[in-house]
Amino acid sequence: MKAKFLVPLFLFLLLVGFLGFGLSLNPREVPSPLIDKPAPDFTLARLDNPEQTLALADMKGQVWLLNVWASWCVACRQEHPVLVALAKRKEVPLVGLNYKEVRGDGGIDMRKVAAENELPMAIERARGWLQSHGDPYDVSILDINGRVGIDFGVYGVPETFLIDKQGVIRHKHIGPITPDALRDTILPKVAALKAES
Amino acid sequence: MRRFLLACGLSLFALVAHANTAEPVAPDQALEERVMALSHKLRCLVCQNQSIAESDADLAVDLRGQVREQLSAGKNEDEIADYMVARYGDFVLYEPPMRGSTLLLWLGPLVLAVVGIGVLMLRLSRRNKESAPVLNEAQRAKARALLEKDDNNGTQA
Repeated sequence: MKAKFLVPLFLFLLLVGFLGFGLSLNPREVPSPLIDKPAPDFTLARLDNPEQTLALADMKGQVWLLNVWASWCVACRQEHPVLVALAKRKEVPLVGLNYKEVRGDGGIDMRKVAAENELPMAIERARGWLQSHGDPYDVSILDINGRVGIDFGVYGVPETFLIDKQGVIRHKHIGPITPDALRDTILPKVAALKAES
Repeated sequence: MRRFLLACGLSLFALVAHANTAEPVAPDQALEERVMALSHKLRCLVCQNQSIAESDADLAVDLRGQVREQLSAGKNEDEIADYMVARYGDFVLYEPPMRGSTLLLWLGPLVLAVVGIGVLMLRLSRRNKESAPVLNEAQRAKARALLEKDDNNGTQA
């Protein structure tokens, strides 16, 4: 046992290893319990025509992406060009879930917004934003009060869900989609899911 | 300067007043207490180190609203906790549930304590067994000589 004096050094290196691993993790990324579970059901008004609704069942049989966005969301601007480029490739339908367009905006005092004005305001703001930044979505739907967002476990916009033909959530991307994440993770998963019967 | 300080003070007060009036409160005091009790056990996913009772993040306000709504609809605390876990995972619970993946978390400190006390007791009993070394006559003489020499040094200095 001549090497006994090395024991504290070994323990120290072990600790450094654990701490180093801890540093590489992102505490903001909380794994979703919804992965591999059926997507929560929803029926929401469409942004292009609020008289009509889109429901989860309407997307059955397709592999598709649900992207949570809002015009007040700063990080959404960062990922927006990536989405616009994705839409041009027409590989996967992209549905936009417009999340709490009016009441989510910290700059708006909701006590000054009459209840009946919230929906028209949301539509105007969301459409305006898509007009000036480009509209990558096949369809956007309006989650005015954020209830569908809660069902999807949304806690930070933007978030993106990959949903398969059976309506099961297969992947969740938290935060803005980077070109790398799109190329290395999301698109390969889309291709694999499309190949599934 | 005085006017400036007054302005600062007043604007601070305005902020506080705003925060106090921001949220509609259920009129029922007993219900509100249950809402807050449960909210203290649920983590805010935006701020992570605050419960949804303490946080003023948008999501925390929404989730408090959910808790209030579901409690008044007659659901109990466990059902609402399950509702939150189904959406946000075990991470929303400040007290993680006991299961295979959290066993180390729950039992780790106990295991460490048992191992620590075990090692300590082993060492102590080993030390007690070690008796003082027995010296022969020559060694004793050498020791005595060393001690005396030391004494002399002491008096010289």
